[in-house]
Amino acid sequence: MSEKKLMKGNEALAEASMRAGMKGYFGYPITPQSELLEYLSVHFERRGGAFVQAESEIAAINMVYGAAGAGERVMTSTSSPGYSLMQEGISYIACAELPCLLVNVVRGGPGLGTIQPSQGDYFQAVKGGGHGDYKVIVLAPNSVQEMADFVYDGFDLADKYRNPVLILSDGALGQMMEAVTFPDYNPEDHLVDKSAWATRGNEQGIRNFITSLHIQTERMEEINIGLQQKYEEIQMKEVRYETVKADDAELLVVAFGLSSRVVHKAVDLAREEGMKVGLLRPITLFPFPKTELSYFADRVNNMLVVEMNAGQMVEDVRLAVNGKIPVEFYGRMGGIIPTPGEILEKIRGLYQLHNSEEVANV
Amino acid sequence: MSDPILEGVQCELLNEMNTVWEKTDSLMDTPMHYCPGCGHSVVHRLIMEVVDELDIRGKTVGVAPVGCSVFAYNYLNVDMQQAAHGRATAVATGIKRVLPDRIVFTYQGDGDLAAIGTGETIHTINRGENIVIIFINNGIYGMTGGQMAPTTLVGGKTSTSVFGRDTSTHGYPLRIAEMIAPLPGAYYVTRQAVISAKHVRKTKKALTIAFKNQIEGKGGVSFVEVISNCPSGWKMTPLQSNKWLEDEIFSFYELGDIKVPAKIKKPEITSTEQ
Repeated sequence: MSEKKLMKGNEALAEASMRAGMKGYFGYPITPQSELLEYLSVHFERRGGAFVQAESEIAAINMVYGAAGAGERVMTSTSSPGYSLMQEGISYIACAELPCLLVNVVRGGPGLGTIQPSQGDYFQAVKGGGHGDYKVIVLAPNSVQEMADFVYDGFDLADKYRNPVLILSDGALGQMMEAVTFPDYNPEDHLVDKSAWATRGNEQGIRNFITSLHIQTERMEEINIGLQQKYEEIQMKEVRYETVKADDAELLVVAFGLSSRVVHKAVDLAREEGMKVGLLRPITLFPFPKTELSYFADRVNNMLVVEMNAGQMVEDVRLAVNGKIPVEFYGRMGGIIPTPGEILEKIRGLYQLHNSEEVANV
Repeated sequence: MSDPILEGVQCELLNEMNTVWEKTDSLMDTPMHYCPGCGHSVVHRLIMEVVDELDIRGKTVGVAPVGCSVFAYNYLNVDMQQAAHGRATAVATGIKRVLPDRIVFTYQGDGDLAAIGTGETIHTINRGENIVIIFINNGIYGMTGGQMAPTTLVGGKTSTSVFGRDTSTHGYPLRIAEMIAPLPGAYYVTRQAVISAKHVRKTKKALTIAFKNQIEGKGGVSFVEVISNCPSGWKMTPLQSNKWLEDEIFSFYELGDIKVPAKIKKPEITSTEQ
């Protein structure tokens, strides 16, 4: 039975992870994700899970490597500085093709930065993050409900593609409380056969080993080609995005995660003023909705990308648009969330520059 | 092989009745990449003998991190995971926690366990994970070409301490077994070697105890350090390297049990109240 609860984003994510059949959680305290650790420490062991508060994020991600390699659904969660520490391990996990769920409740950086919400880890999340050519599937929730929902999707995608999946959240989504409904989800219905690769002891006579070391260059290139083919398949099949009032838009605003909520409000305000403005929200940041943005580039006059960083996703939007129309950027940094008013101001300016005169003169 | 007499002799010798030594089942039938005289291959064989004798091959998972023995999965015919440098005990923790009925061991060198992975080593032991840690200490970074290790003796010449390890700039060799033995999470700590038949027998006994501890769920890490040699890294012949161990190394890294269950004293807890 699904039930509605009022919960913090971090807690909703933690609750969903247990309902999704997680068997092991390995984490380290860091603000603003510590509620996740605390919630699981209370509830997870009671439900038969393996909970370890590791001595560092480095140890935590390597525990994830071991437990994922053993074929169980496992997760870690952290915030920005901790995610940096995990990069080496994630690179190993990506190369060894181990399914696992990662959570980054992003805070403002660089350095120790601030504990307020930010989207400054976009590049690190979608471009691999560690050494070598690899990708992590990135899901970007913008509500407490999606903090929970994407856990199920994340575990399923991880198992389907034998790839790490990252939920890229932020300090506000982690801390704020909203109503959340947990769907009916039976993990047993989502189990995949991992016997061909998981190291669980070779009682069946099939001996498995997990490695990211391929010392022969030809073999290492084969591994790389295989990974790239997998990423292409993910790009083809798993793109998710949402549009709001985009069908007749002349100006398309692109934003993900928390900033997409603020943009949504700004778009409503702009519509009230008669401006044809829409929103496109990428839900998967890798795979990125490239084709969809290219489609809109043929239909709108210009785009505005709003992020809580110095301008990161805007580079991917420009690559997708490929010079067809101007792509502008508006961002706040250091843990500051832009207001609908300041985004509306930016929209008004751009609209006058590029869009239909009769509306622009209203 | 054209000599009919020799052929006859060989056939006679190869008679199964004459078998005095054979490969243990769980050791793969393949040449090893280790340098001549290196102790790794002996320890590999011993681990697999113990695994076969205890009949735990079907539920054993090994972890081999970066170092010469990162290729251990090519020789040990049990499920294996290769790990990042220093992180073997964290990886082993992950496996053991989600599969508590499996037998999990790590196989780590001194650069791995006592330098880059010191944090993981101490905390895995402090959590009392029910695993076996096999620690091959040859006092040098073998795979990267013979650099100074945390375990290199004072005065030891390596490619990054060419004039000998100088404590004023390089610090002191780390006796990690003695360091971790007082931790309540360490159940069994021993230091052995494989330079002679006698030593090999003792090492095998230690490994047997270690794996039995885990099977019986004694609660805590069983830590088997093996002082080994690195003829290539030390720029010695295998025989010279063995002599060097006896003449120079064993006096600093003393062989024998450091902590055995029978001798465990209750940890002396100092009251924090003033």
